[in-house]
Amino acid sequence: MRNTEEYNKTDTAGYLDMDLLRFSTAGSVDDGKSTLIGRLMYDTKSIFEDQIEAVEKSSKNRGDEHVNLALLTDGLKAEREQGITIDVAYRYFATPKRKFIIADTPGHVQYTRNMVTGASNVNLAIILIDARKGVIEQTKRHSFIASLLQIKHVIVCINKMDLVDYKEEVFEQIKKDYLSFDAKLEIPDIRFIPISALNGDNVVDKSENMEWYKGPSLLWTLENVQVASDRDLIDGRFPVQWVIRPQSNEYHDFRGYAGLVSGGIFRKGEEVVVLPSGFTTKIKSIETMDGELQEAFPPMSVAMTLEDEIDISRGDMIAKVNNQPVKGQDIELMVCWLNVEPLKLGGKYTVKHTTNEARAIIKEVKYKVNVNTLEKNEEDKEVGANDIARITLKTAKPLLYDAYRKNRNTGSLIIIDEFTQQTVGAGMII
Amino acid sequence: MSSYNLSHLDQLESEAIYIFREVAAQFEKPVILFSGGKDSITMVHLAQKAFWPAKIPFPLLHIDTGHNFPEALEFRDNLAERYKVNLDVGLVQDSIDKGTAVEEKGLNPSRNTLQSITLLEKLEEGQYDAAFGGGRRDEEKARAKERFFSHRDDFGQWDPKNQRPELWNLYNGKKAPGESFRIFPISNWTEMDVWQYIKKEKIALPSIYFSHKREVVNRNGVLIAKSPYNTLLDGEKYEEKTIRYRTLGCMTITGAVESDADDLDKIIEEVAAARQTERGGRADDKRSEAAMEERKRQGYF
Repeated sequence: MRNTEEYNKTDTAGYLDMDLLRFSTAGSVDDGKSTLIGRLMYDTKSIFEDQIEAVEKSSKNRGDEHVNLALLTDGLKAEREQGITIDVAYRYFATPKRKFIIADTPGHVQYTRNMVTGASNVNLAIILIDARKGVIEQTKRHSFIASLLQIKHVIVCINKMDLVDYKEEVFEQIKKDYLSFDAKLEIPDIRFIPISALNGDNVVDKSENMEWYKGPSLLWTLENVQVASDRDLIDGRFPVQWVIRPQSNEYHDFRGYAGLVSGGIFRKGEEVVVLPSGFTTKIKSIETMDGELQEAFPPMSVAMTLEDEIDISRGDMIAKVNNQPVKGQDIELMVCWLNVEPLKLGGKYTVKHTTNEARAIIKEVKYKVNVNTLEKNEEDKEVGANDIARITLKTAKPLLYDAYRKNRNTGSLIIIDEFTQQTVGAGMII
Repeated sequence: MSSYNLSHLDQLESEAIYIFREVAAQFEKPVILFSGGKDSITMVHLAQKAFWPAKIPFPLLHIDTGHNFPEALEFRDNLAERYKVNLDVGLVQDSIDKGTAVEEKGLNPSRNTLQSITLLEKLEEGQYDAAFGGGRRDEEKARAKERFFSHRDDFGQWDPKNQRPELWNLYNGKKAPGESFRIFPISNWTEMDVWQYIKKEKIALPSIYFSHKREVVNRNGVLIAKSPYNTLLDGEKYEEKTIRYRTLGCMTITGAVESDADDLDKIIEEVAAARQTERGGRADDKRSEAAMEERKRQGYF
């Protein structure tokens, strides 16, 4: 059994080797999600005395019997009063191995948009199931969203095992139910862990109450799951974000194309194509303030200089000559609608995609997806808040894109209402 | 390098650089809110990395309560020179003189809430449409829900229930005239990340972050420095202690911690072992459970 004191030690020499895991948590209102996060943070010493004191005080004011770990994560005044989480909140904890960023998303029925938002940047999703209730509609919805957003790793935590006497049959039945439903989804790595967030069983340390469970604890899994290979290291994609022109004597002719590598590995001296113009040239140097690099890979922010003088500006893309993105104006995508104003068929919007922006018209709604049953609905084409639908867009100028399945950076876009300036839709290109 | 992995600090740095470049591209007149503390010093360092070898394309704006540590002000002026950036200073005293801000009553008034007034006046005067802040989501509960691009209405107010969803790395900085954004490039950093990064990048800091001797008074468990702005209450007295600061604010409210940590390694060790959040020493957050949320709604950093 591991001593949690271990997390209190610093390893100032080792911090450079720590990596980062982003994960989301989703669950229904009462299945103990906030308690689980509170538990992870508490047991890894990521919660401080004054935070605990504040929570003890509020627990007492509310008349709770014991210290309510859920209060650590319920941030805003309104939700503390109502006892529900109403927006994506970000939490942080670290072990000597990894730093973790949690996108804590609410499980309440009308908040699909928050779940999509929270899940858009994560490597892994934790889905909580109440052992007494088993697989319910919300479990399916969360799993579908994880699959839609191409999250490669899902950990299904079957919580409140203490309330079903830690019985193996309960765990196995839920696992079976989940897998029969999961066949319709695209999640390559699914793991199941029986836990009790309240008591800490299998959260940080392996539980002695469930000898029949041979797998690792949740924290061990979070520390060890391999996510590095989930990045697209094949398709060279470098959307130009900003052009650096120092206009100083020392760097008189310097023209650096700054951006974040969105796919593939770029090497100094390599031949590249600049899109949409189609000119080819070579990478002269890959620059950072810390010195020149021989190669750049996702998600590094760098600046490239090129051998030839080509007119390049924000929104252009540098790619590999023999592996280019799709260039097109008719784009088919899955959209999650985020706004109370419904989608307007034939309506004009602005689309933001990589560092590019274009006006767009919504041409067609093909079908809506029932997020609870995964069934397609081709009759009702009214797309409102929290709906997920397959649509087609026509953009005023060509976008340089890939399928979302291939690359999450070049395959995603947001739809902005031209009048309210609100982000109204999240799109995943097919 | 061969495994194509980036450490957590490298990933956080890249994310922050991406935000700086995005703001330069999407806004007309951004400004960096510079408090003098380690988070804003780290921000300036990241901004330099984002645009190197060009200069940082934004000015710095410091809201000076008039109750600052002299060491922090001296450091601020040197820093502006070193990075060759313009420094704009907004004085809370000016707002008080104009009558737009009213000093709190009582013996030891805090000018902390008045900062918001001066800040909004300066943002309007400078026509700044985006203001970078060093806020981190791990600092405080209300901040845990902040966006990287945080929309403010024409009164500079934050509406936590009506925030724009932020997906992938697509940031929507569109706004109506008069509206503005607050930008938080180090949202995802923790206190520990900032200290580790300062060490890795060898970033210079004001001396008061390191252990030194200072006369302080213990007021309700908070160690307040001796200064012209602090009046002793009945029964209080100053004592010399070996202390340092974990965060920098007004001399009147920022609590010191007793500490022997006189270099970065010792500070990192101390942060790791600390049982109080860095804001734990700040009297302003203790006023009510939702103190930060209320101030943010009104336009605080």
